[in-house]
Amino acid sequence: MSANSLAYSEQSGAEAAVELGQETTPTSSAGGAAFGLFSTDFKKNEDLKEMLESTKESLKLEAMKRVVGLIARGKNASELFPAVVKNVASKNIELKKLVYVYLVRYAEEQQDLALLSISTFQRALKDPNQLIRASALRVLSSIRVPIIVPIMMLAIKEAATDLSPYVRKTAAHAIQKLYSLDPDQKEHLVEVIEKLLKDKSTLVAGSVVMAFEEVCPERIDLIHKNYRKLCNLLMDVEEWGQVVIINMLTRYARTQFVSPWRQDGVFEENSEKAFYDSDEEKKEGAAQTKPYVMDPDHRLLLRNTKPLLQSRNTAVVMSVAQLYWHLAPKHEVSVVTKSLVRLLRSHREVQYVVLQNIATMSIQRKGMFEPFMKSFYVRSTDATHIKTLKLEILTNLANEANISTILREFQTYVKSQDKAFAAATIQAIGRCATNISEITDACLNGLVLLLSNRDETVVAESVVVIKKLLQTQPSQHSDIIKHMAKLFDNITVPMARASILWLIGEYCEHVPRIAPDVLRKMAKTFTSEEDIVKLQTVNLAAKLYLTNSKQTKLLTQYILNLGKYDQNYDIRDRTRFIRQLIVPNEKSGALSKYARRILLAPKPAPVLQSAFKDRDRFQLGTLSHTLNSKATGYLELSDWPDVAPDQSVRNVEVVEAAKEWAPGVSKTKPAKSDDDKFYSDSGEEEEAEGSDSGSSSGGSEDSSDSSSGESESEEKSESSEDSVKSSSQSEKSSDSGTDKKKKKTLKNKKLQQGKKAGKDGRSDEGQKNGRLEKSGSGSGSASASSEESSSAESSSESGSDSDSGTDQKRNTKPKPIKKVEETQKKEREASLLDLDDFSPAAVTMPKSSILSPSLLSDLEGLSLSSSTTPAIQVSSPVFVPVRPHELLHRMTGKGLAAQYHFPRQPCIYGDHMVSVQLTFNNHGDHALEDIHISEKTSTGQSIHCFRPIERLEPEASVTVSVGVDFNDSTQAASFQLCSKTERFSVSIQPAVGELLLPVTMTEQDFSREQGKLVGMNESSATITMAPETVSSQPVSKKVVSVANVGVVPSGQDNVHSPASKTSDF
Amino acid sequence: MIHSLFLVNATGDIFLEKHWKSVVSRSVCDYFFEAQERATEPENIPPVIPTPHHYLISVLRHRIYFVAVIQSEVPPLFVIEFLHRVVDTFQDYFGVCTEAAIKDNVVVVYELLEEMLDNGFPLATESNILKELIKPPTILRTVVNTITGSTNVGEQLPTGQLSVVPWRRTGVKYTNNEAYFDVVEEIDAIIDKSGSTITAEIQGVIDACVKLTGMPDLTLSFMNPRLLDDVSFHPCVRFKRWEAERILSFIPPDGNFRLLSYHVSSQNLVAIPVYVKHNITFREGSSQGRFDLTLGPKQTMGKAVESVLVSSQLPRGVLNTSLNPSQGTYTFDPVTKLLSWDVGKINPQKLPSLKGTMSLQAGASKPDENPTINIQFKIQQLAISGLKVNRLDMYGEKYKPFKGIKYMTKAGKFQVRT
Repeated sequence: MSANSLAYSEQSGAEAAVELGQETTPTSSAGGAAFGLFSTDFKKNEDLKEMLESTKESLKLEAMKRVVGLIARGKNASELFPAVVKNVASKNIELKKLVYVYLVRYAEEQQDLALLSISTFQRALKDPNQLIRASALRVLSSIRVPIIVPIMMLAIKEAATDLSPYVRKTAAHAIQKLYSLDPDQKEHLVEVIEKLLKDKSTLVAGSVVMAFEEVCPERIDLIHKNYRKLCNLLMDVEEWGQVVIINMLTRYARTQFVSPWRQDGVFEENSEKAFYDSDEEKKEGAAQTKPYVMDPDHRLLLRNTKPLLQSRNTAVVMSVAQLYWHLAPKHEVSVVTKSLVRLLRSHREVQYVVLQNIATMSIQRKGMFEPFMKSFYVRSTDATHIKTLKLEILTNLANEANISTILREFQTYVKSQDKAFAAATIQAIGRCATNISEITDACLNGLVLLLSNRDETVVAESVVVIKKLLQTQPSQHSDIIKHMAKLFDNITVPMARASILWLIGEYCEHVPRIAPDVLRKMAKTFTSEEDIVKLQTVNLAAKLYLTNSKQTKLLTQYILNLGKYDQNYDIRDRTRFIRQLIVPNEKSGALSKYARRILLAPKPAPVLQSAFKDRDRFQLGTLSHTLNSKATGYLELSDWPDVAPDQSVRNVEVVEAAKEWAPGVSKTKPAKSDDDKFYSDSGEEEEAEGSDSGSSSGGSEDSSDSSSGESESEEKSESSEDSVKSSSQSEKSSDSGTDKKKKKTLKNKKLQQGKKAGKDGRSDEGQKNGRLEKSGSGSGSASASSEESSSAESSSESGSDSDSGTDQKRNTKPKPIKKVEETQKKEREASLLDLDDFSPAAVTMPKSSILSPSLLSDLEGLSLSSSTTPAIQVSSPVFVPVRPHELLHRMTGKGLAAQYHFPRQPCIYGDHMVSVQLTFNNHGDHALEDIHISEKTSTGQSIHCFRPIERLEPEASVTVSVGVDFNDSTQAASFQLCSKTERFSVSIQPAVGELLLPVTMTEQDFSREQGKLVGMNESSATITMAPETVSSQPVSKKVVSVANVGVVPSGQDNVHSPASKTSDF
Repeated sequence: MIHSLFLVNATGDIFLEKHWKSVVSRSVCDYFFEAQERATEPENIPPVIPTPHHYLISVLRHRIYFVAVIQSEVPPLFVIEFLHRVVDTFQDYFGVCTEAAIKDNVVVVYELLEEMLDNGFPLATESNILKELIKPPTILRTVVNTITGSTNVGEQLPTGQLSVVPWRRTGVKYTNNEAYFDVVEEIDAIIDKSGSTITAEIQGVIDACVKLTGMPDLTLSFMNPRLLDDVSFHPCVRFKRWEAERILSFIPPDGNFRLLSYHVSSQNLVAIPVYVKHNITFREGSSQGRFDLTLGPKQTMGKAVESVLVSSQLPRGVLNTSLNPSQGTYTFDPVTKLLSWDVGKINPQKLPSLKGTMSLQAGASKPDENPTINIQFKIQQLAISGLKVNRLDMYGEKYKPFKGIKYMTKAGKFQVRT
């Protein structure tokens, strides 16, 4: 110990002495406090030493407690080592534990003395009590003394075969400790890991995978045999282990399976989709390359992790979410959305990490989070970094349909007291404006209004953003540039001033009169400006000199002269360069000829993009992703392999349980042999599969067969089973497996039933310990009596009988539907998860209605006067009906169905238009292309069309918004809806209530406006209601559901004043 | 995984440290203090801070920073979740989680931390297991221990560790067998200036206090389970059963635990139980501002709105306020500019109001934005979503337990923009 640590402990000694006085020992403390700084330290440790060496247990314990107190506070207690280490063999378990704590802390410093304790641990390793064995191993492996490495190695090897899973778990932890102490032991340790990976205990699984990740993450081959076991155990592993295993399996899956994200060809994940359009498939099948079929093991992983989205542990939910993100087919990823949004309710720190991940996701997949947009609205109580992240996500989610809602929200944010956040909002508005061309103008106007804001940061940010926006379309906006030039005198933030100067210079031809004047002003104040402003002044001067040298020649000379003698060398350099470039003289040579082309070259507009754009290079949920830089020990997620490695490596040899089965079984389902629990699970699964084996969802089961050579088995199955011959070609690869298996399955069924009796007995046992069914056995053992299940089974069997024989032959459209129904009935008690997998894309969220107010009026709100003006303002609708109206029935539309509803939002396309949301569904069996509205309407209303939909896949749906100007009449707007091949005449019939816009006004305003209305504008109705319901709620609810109106706050109780305006009010 | 843990109090002192691997010098916390200085508010410290050799992941709870030191890649949520679990455990053991409580029980804290992590990887975080390993300190037990010399530390491996129900200890015995369930719903809402709802959603939890002998197997069913849109469960709940029948079937842990948290599907219209009439104005050039606030109940299904607390962060320009509440008390802190008004119960006949003037800094321009008003309230005997428990049954044990279910609605993040 060096001098400074001595001084430190002296100080602490004094402190500790005082605390001693407060604590329990009266003997020494009185003296200690009196002796003061110099002697107490010594004194006190002497005292502790004495207590430790006494014969009384309670004194020793008391002393150890105080020593631990010292350690906890970070004080040095190392000189007590000899006294403490003697107590390592104490009978008192609490004392012993505290000694362990001490040993682990100081053994590294006092290696020789620490060796004294080793024999005690070696003895404890043989103790009959598993807790003592485990804790001995824990401490032994935590003592970082290189000499005992061999002893540790031996102890770990022994503990890895211990009968108690708890001790084996400790062994797994010890592996990592030994590895960090001595990396040379890796080879031996990997052997132990390999052994422990085979362990069937859920307690061990998490820890050993952790050890695997730390010691030998590259030995992916060790996982093969354990892959299915880990997938099946996952549900029962403790939550921390789940996180580690899921992360490891994500990495594993990326090396072993082929990508499910194929862009080309008809999307045909897991071949379930295939039979919806099998007709077509049949024709195309031959021409196509082999369709993608998901590896059953891949599917197994996805299926078994999905329930974990419901975990209470946020880390588990996040890791499942990233697994789906990185592994699942694109249309399945959205199942994680809800759970991620749920996490936002958690602690602030959790929110932070989750929002970051959502930000990355939302760049690539807007649709995933759009329905939950409102969950990302900022609250004034949020921490700043949470606010910024939410803003980021809202910006990412912005599209034509929701932009007005988002902008309205942004208006509130701009006025926030948190100026940094307000500035970030302006940036966000800028990004929205560049991304969505419809609103660029409106945004620009709004931003210009912000220029008169009082806060400098807001103004500066607006200028910068306006500059970027103007670059995209400068010609139309010379008035904005003029406006900015006028404001120039009042703006003091250097960045903003520089931006304005640059703008004027760049577009000096659009503002030929103002530009020289600005330059004149700048020449006056040049010396007192910031560097960045000076540089831009020089720039402006040069540009003006080139375009308008008559007026500015002298000014430019003057500024260049000022710059020449500036203190900043950057400015001097620039000045000299500019002078050479623009003022022609004999030395300047060739370059000055091109001065104009150099300085006034058209500059590409900057692309405003998300700060999270490049984060997707990191695996989601990792530390590296959060920091956006590679953390130590980060393991890259590999790209999908082009060709899947051999699948058979994951097959496990038959173990005991399977022997009771028919001999053929071992080939089909390796995972089932693991454990009783999983045995029952897989049995059940098999039934489920059996019942729908005709439907090719059984494709997820064909692993072993297809591995034995797909083409071969295909041929075989065709020749042996004539009935299958006509089955669609595209399904072949999966069918071939199933068909063959079907025979086996049938055989198995018989066996299974016999087996079932035995299983039921077991599952009854299982009921007692209760955990069994949750573990994924799927039999619902608590509820389903054995009778029930066996009858269900037999019925499923008969179902599969008939299916396999007949249905397979006419493998046509109606079949899948029937199948699904059938399965639904039967599978009620089997896992519903399978069902979910069954119809993957079908879950389309009903779009929460969000559309566009007239943007200009919206952004006018940005001017800060709104709090005082009593004027009528358009407000957000009180109630939005979700009931859609039929536009085009799928029968008349030949598969194309369309519905419309009124989102009750002002239209972005124009003040006079009512926005209507159209939802197209393709119920047909082939993709529809180029859906659009033909321009002319028969009835004279003008319609702002949506962008043509290029392609609508079968079963897909898409929502677009259009604006219709109904001219304030309830006359239906008729138009033609066209696809590439067909034309349908349709019409939208507006209800009078939908032509209105809700507004906010005071009661007085209301009565005033009411007076102005006469005759034609009145539309009245009488509502009769029972006297007991005369409270304000039901009435207003009724009213708002019929018409799009706002509620005027009223002093009287029974007056309901709906406020609204028509579009040309 | 987790290398070390430092506990830092609000004044920036490290008052406890614990290392699971080799010792990391406490100077690593300097990076944390740097970030603390840079952040204007305590909440603004980024949860993840990189340093040259380590990464610091911190959570702030009860005005204590729990700073974990990490050396290599680990999911940040893993650490954050664990740290929160540590805080929950402390709270469970000591009743409160304060600096004083931790210092008083430093030995128990150390023993707990030792059991919760091994080599930085969580070992036992389930409260039932921990309580068998280390008994929570009670006054009675301390007295008994000093007399008999027995200890707080269990000698046997808790049975839960190895069993299939790790969350429940065996051999539980009670003379009064009781099971209480609290259905607590929170309304998160943002109300705009005109009083219309911008966003509103209901989040709920079911907290349970189960004191039942033996190994009871409970099922809980709802009248209207379809209301629950997204749920997360305590590990004891059988997922398959929920998926198939919408019934919660579980062997409960002993004592207090959170059975379920849920989110009510967003299709339903959320009833907003209170409304606010406000008129807050600042005039340009004047040093006075008007403040006028009235609260009233709406859509409360006939129940009383209680424990109402209104708070608002007034703009920096406000020097002081002179307000007059019609009921309750109000305080205004001229330093933090935080106005809070403890209203109590809302009487529908006589609506509570807070009226008066604010004095503004002379010469300062008027604030851009009116302050946001945060409201807290409670409504007893009501689950605002309409969720109702249908029945609770117990299997596996012979006795008849006493069962109780309580409903409550609270304001979550309930904000009114003015």
